[in-house]
Amino acid sequence: MSRLLAAAMLLLAPSWAVAHAFPDHSEPRVGHSVEASPPAVRIWFDGQIEPVFSKLRVEDADHRQVDKGDSRVDPVDPTVLEVGLPPLPAGRYRVYWSVVARDGHRTEGDFSFRVK
Amino acid sequence: MRGKTLFACALALALALATFEPARAHGLIGKRFFPATLATDDPFVADELSLPTINYLKLRGSEDAPPTKQIDLSGEFSKRLSPDLGISLGGTFTILDPDGESTVTGFDNLEITAKYVFFKNAAHELLLAGGLSWDVGGTGSKKVDAESFNTWTPQLFFGKGFGDLPDQIELMKPLAVTGVLGLAVPSRVHTKTFETDDDGNVDVKKPLNPTVFQWGFSFQYNLQYLQSYVRDVGLPAPFNRMIPVVELVMETPVDGRDAGRTTGSVNPGIIWFGRYFQLGIEAVIPVNHDITKNIGALAQIHFYLDDILPQVFTWTPFHGVLGPTQPQ
Repeated sequence: MSRLLAAAMLLLAPSWAVAHAFPDHSEPRVGHSVEASPPAVRIWFDGQIEPVFSKLRVEDADHRQVDKGDSRVDPVDPTVLEVGLPPLPAGRYRVYWSVVARDGHRTEGDFSFRVK
Repeated sequence: MRGKTLFACALALALALATFEPARAHGLIGKRFFPATLATDDPFVADELSLPTINYLKLRGSEDAPPTKQIDLSGEFSKRLSPDLGISLGGTFTILDPDGESTVTGFDNLEITAKYVFFKNAAHELLLAGGLSWDVGGTGSKKVDAESFNTWTPQLFFGKGFGDLPDQIELMKPLAVTGVLGLAVPSRVHTKTFETDDDGNVDVKKPLNPTVFQWGFSFQYNLQYLQSYVRDVGLPAPFNRMIPVVELVMETPVDGRDAGRTTGSVNPGIIWFGRYFQLGIEAVIPVNHDITKNIGALAQIHFYLDDILPQVFTWTPFHGVLGPTQPQ
């Protein structure tokens, strides 16, 4: 009986990982300045995210969307959300992200970076 | 063999619970995570368990009692009844160890609290809640001075994150403050006591049970908020999930002999939060010497039940399974 209990708990343990996805790090780094316009914004999350419901948008200081509109989850690494960027002039930009974790829980946030 | 099986169970639990990843269960409004604070109640309703909370303090002596070490071992179970309404049950086992005398132990009164969140603003990371706490008289032990009468405490809670500050002062954005204001009203104004002197004379005393204004605040600087939303300063784990905190826990009687005299403590400490639980430790520094001049300690393990087993612990009678606490 106790063996069955132990086996059940070991099987259950992975299924308890039912929480939201939150950012681990990003490129460009949160709040940092980069010397030249980056080719893309990438955010690494701490869990896998759903491609259909996860979005990334980049706006300039006048709240105009400046990314290429090709936001996607990396098919090779489903913890990465990315969007392409055209060459950006110097200035401050804000990244808005919204993701749904594999368990269906949504999280969202934003951060800024600067192009020198 | 039985020992190995139990070890496997313990290991499975430890693996499930000790994942070094962020929690997002409790106290989420907008992108702000508020931890459960150790000494003051937070403004959120949630499915959670504080077990144990350990409070150590050495009390000063008086004419009637020697200096006494006091250890309180507490637990509190909280349950949502709807997305905005919750109840909690709390109990404390007290150990009193007077210098030169035998140790006294016993349970304090059961405490039942209902709380309702009546205002939320995600953009401004602002939350307001009202509550009513009931210290159930007579459920504790007289040996540790548990009151024989009920005490009712209507409460007002608030939580405010400063993520809406201008970018010019962005390093202030991870700051947040929570607070609770309450008025503890005893159901019995006087408690009659009888004392017999050496000659057999009985002296009847009727000391006042004062109404007490209870107030507390917590000031928090959330390093996860700093890293994820303001500036990646390169903090590694476990520091990137830490929240330095200072709590103020105060009581001011509004009537009786000590009316207007505030006692309490300032508690600086650290809270670390993971995916399924948080750990907290604080120093307890008295604001005056009325109760003690010694610095005490407070420590807590707090479980996010709504993330551990959401299908079980977030079930509600009228709203079904709520699931883990979502950003509002």
